Amino acid sequence: MLRKLLIGTLLATGLTAGYAVTTQAAGESVEVLHWWTSGGEAAALNVLKKKLESQGITWKDMPVAGGGGEQAMAALRARVTAGDPPTAVQALGFDITDWAKQGVVGDLDSVAGKEGWDKVIPAALQKFAKFDGKWIAAPVNVHSTNWIWINKKALDAAGGKAPETWDELIAVLDKMKANGIIPIVGGGNAWNAATMFDSMVLSLGTDFYQKSLIDLDPEALGSDKMVEAFTRLSKLRSYVDDNFSGREWNLDSAMVIDGKAGMQIMGDWAKGEFVNAGKKPGEDFVCIRFPGTQGAVTFNSDMFMMFKVGKDKQAAQLQMASDIEDPAFQSSFNVVKGSAPARTDVPDTAFDACGKKAIKDLAEANEKGTLLGSMSQGYASPAAIKNAMYDVITREYNGDLDPKAAAEALVDAVAAAQ
Amino acid sequence: MADATMTAPGAVTTAKTTLQDLLPKIVLAPSFAIILVFVYGFIIFTGFLSFSGSKLLPDFSTWVGFENYVRLFRHPNWIVSLQNLAIFSVLYIVICSVIGLGLAILLDQKIRGEGFLRPIYLYPMALSFIVTGVAWKWFLDPGIGLEHAMHQIGWESFSFRWIKDRDFAIYTIVIAAIWQSSGFVMAMFLAGLRGVDNEIIKAAQIDGASTFMIYRRIIIPLMRPVFLSAFVVLAHLAIKSYDLVVAMTDGGPGTSTWTPALFMTKFTFGRNEMGMGAASAMVMMMMIFAIIVPYLYSELGGHKK
Amino acid sequence: MSRPSADVATRNGVFARAFIYAVLILFVVYYLLPLYVMLVNSLKPLDEIRKGNMLALPHVWTIAPWLEAWSTAQIGVQPIGLKPYFLNSIMMVVPAVAISTLLGALNGYVLTKWRFRGDNVVFGMMLLACFIPFQIVLIPAARILGLLGLAGSVPGLILIHTVYGLGFTTLFFRNYYEAFPTELIRAAQIDGASFFQIFRRILLPSSGPIIVVTVIWQFTNIWNDFLFGSSFSSFDSIPITVALNNLVNSSTGVKAYNVHFAGAILAALPTLIVYIVSGRYFVRGLMAGAVKG
Repeated sequence: MLRKLLIGTLLATGLTAGYAVTTQAAGESVEVLHWWTSGGEAAALNVLKKKLESQGITWKDMPVAGGGGEQAMAALRARVTAGDPPTAVQALGFDITDWAKQGVVGDLDSVAGKEGWDKVIPAALQKFAKFDGKWIAAPVNVHSTNWIWINKKALDAAGGKAPETWDELIAVLDKMKANGIIPIVGGGNAWNAATMFDSMVLSLGTDFYQKSLIDLDPEALGSDKMVEAFTRLSKLRSYVDDNFSGREWNLDSAMVIDGKAGMQIMGDWAKGEFVNAGKKPGEDFVCIRFPGTQGAVTFNSDMFMMFKVGKDKQAAQLQMASDIEDPAFQSSFNVVKGSAPARTDVPDTAFDACGKKAIKDLAEANEKGTLLGSMSQGYASPAAIKNAMYDVITREYNGDLDPKAAAEALVDAVAAAQ
Repeated sequence: MADATMTAPGAVTTAKTTLQDLLPKIVLAPSFAIILVFVYGFIIFTGFLSFSGSKLLPDFSTWVGFENYVRLFRHPNWIVSLQNLAIFSVLYIVICSVIGLGLAILLDQKIRGEGFLRPIYLYPMALSFIVTGVAWKWFLDPGIGLEHAMHQIGWESFSFRWIKDRDFAIYTIVIAAIWQSSGFVMAMFLAGLRGVDNEIIKAAQIDGASTFMIYRRIIIPLMRPVFLSAFVVLAHLAIKSYDLVVAMTDGGPGTSTWTPALFMTKFTFGRNEMGMGAASAMVMMMMIFAIIVPYLYSELGGHKK
Repeated sequence: MSRPSADVATRNGVFARAFIYAVLILFVVYYLLPLYVMLVNSLKPLDEIRKGNMLALPHVWTIAPWLEAWSTAQIGVQPIGLKPYFLNSIMMVVPAVAISTLLGALNGYVLTKWRFRGDNVVFGMMLLACFIPFQIVLIPAARILGLLGLAGSVPGLILIHTVYGLGFTTLFFRNYYEAFPTELIRAAQIDGASFFQIFRRILLPSSGPIIVVTVIWQFTNIWNDFLFGSSFSSFDSIPITVALNNLVNSSTGVKAYNVHFAGAILAALPTLIVYIVSGRYFVRGLMAGAVKG
């Protein structure tokens, strides 16, 4: 309270806002728990660290990689239980809501209100970044999962036209097969197969996606359409080589880059692999939305969830949140990370062709109300349900269940996890 | 503990001060107290947790009775986990013991270069599975590892794709786990063999017993305590084997290589089902105790002098 | 009682010996294979790994991955390599090993030479501590560390590792001291030696072999621990295993496998050295007691 008053007084006396906030937080520190622990994404995060340091705030780095955040969440539980939570924690979707329900998260309203986050951050993201009407997390980016990454040469050899419908996709896959390459790769683990499944369901309609994966309507989950979604997944699996199991998505990408494989369904973090290998969008590889899903986006937004910290750390926490939403940071970070900015008002000039498309698609989906949470990334349902779906999807993908049995198992698994 | 009378070996009763009498117990007490809290206290805590509706964090405001246990045993992944633990632990313990004993016997035949061989057999125990698991995963991958290499040197029909096969993937985990600990078991048996009294062997040789008979009838039976120690060490490793599974298959293909430790971790920390995770932990603890307590009883019961 | 090798051996024929060597060498191959995979791939450029054969020797040899893993690889937001984390691990491992070994020795001494009613029950209960799955202690242990004010600190990590190593260290020393002649203790007692004097002057000097076994066991387990390290450390006390995991397990990002393997070998060097250097004493130590039920 006193601090706010102080800031206000300083502002009123004509000092610049930047100076006021900087002096406020100088000498303080933020401890950040995250799982961007190596390579380009860690380097991207370093931009944020440098910015904070220039404002006199020390960045205490607490990276814990593994299991798509699972290990980090185990560490977070230990920290919170010990009464020593980090300042900010990288988190996804429903995990944020779950933590908020424990009453351990902070409050970013003072910064969010001042900077007008309500207007520039898509409502679909706000659903997760806010709890009880209060801002509790700062969204960093928007990834989406309904992408296909195609090797341009392989596509040219298969007719050169990017598929726009399911039938066209199958035709391209058949041609690639005839050309002697592996037409498509992916699904090496449960997470990977579930990422592909996002697109299968979405390609059967945004309403269906909403009803089944988000609203968890048992009728939709067990419907013929769901059987069809699983059938499509199996159909794609039939074009994948036999060694797919256990292969990481980035090795899949490497196969597409080398032309051993034709394409891969994966979120746009895969772009980093292509760019890092010196490949250019449009020339060496093609990025398209999964056929039948153009206009809709299954999103996944990395957010920094802020925890309740002592008074001595609050100013730094607010400063960090403010820096994350700074348009310049949003642009520079997301160019490296391969995602779209979490703010809709960031210019796309620095982005490559795929990045520009991601930004445009995001804005369009946001307006049309087809910006839907990705099931595979924890933005459609809480962890228990998401993972119950993973079990069914990966078993189906690996031939343990047929599509019909899978749809039935999905209904049961979701019911058991609720 | 407090009322126990001091019975030092040989029942030496000296006129020491009370402090001196109590000292041994005072020395032991901190360790014992700390274990009471950090092991038994936590097990009781987990027991309570397993009857609660805890999700993200411990939450003792809702009690659900045996519901977590019912859900647990209805969950297909838990059934798979139990089956896998059975397969894994039996094969792992038996094969490790056999290889360990076999290598120890061979290494005990006045082998040149024993000092060179021994560390090679032992070193896997020193490594963490975070990355050796990846090395195994690659080696076993037909596309890039052994099968691929065999095809490249001209053995086209060679096929080894267990790690990609739902029904066989668990055996690849056994292979890697044996790799890690069989050398250690070898060291235990080697130590045991070196401790056998030569006189017994000489006597048998004079009686005309063959080498094989000497091992079968005399030496191997003498290894009983080593077998038991090895069993304890291996059972402990089998139950805790989590890193290995995560690094090699992370439960896949499908859900075919889930194990109880993986189940417990994933449900507690990944799926925010702490109550169910605790229930799985309790079942695991009960299984462990069912194996270890009789062993301890037999070992310690017959030890009093 | 000890001897270099079995006397049974002298009666083996040439054929049998050839067979023995063949089997031993076959197992050498089995044990060295993963290390070979790690080594050759750590000396290749990434392109070569992407192209395929994991078992082939490098076409282009390079030590760049090793240098990168050591000092410039991105771990968390800082491109500092594994180097700084070694010190963190040592700060944690050395005291934890020392304390748990000392306590284990004292416990073993009490449990064998100062027996009391129920000593076997106490020992059995301590031994059972070896079998508790660490995942279940995470949350309550965090609570207690928080209450003690040790959360996220090196002393906290030392405490945890000491606690969960006690079962093993007590087991090792108890079995070792069990075989130690009690007459010596009794004689010293009659001469008026105190509890600690007997321990320091009589037992400890002859405990060399079992200390080696215990130290190796504890050092390896604590050095390789990931779960406690990631949960109970803080930004300035992250141990090497957690750093290594951060290096190799990033969820979405380019994976430099050559750097990962180099890093893995680097992180394992201290334990490897301990095993190789003290391997001889290890078997001797096991022989002296640890394997006796």
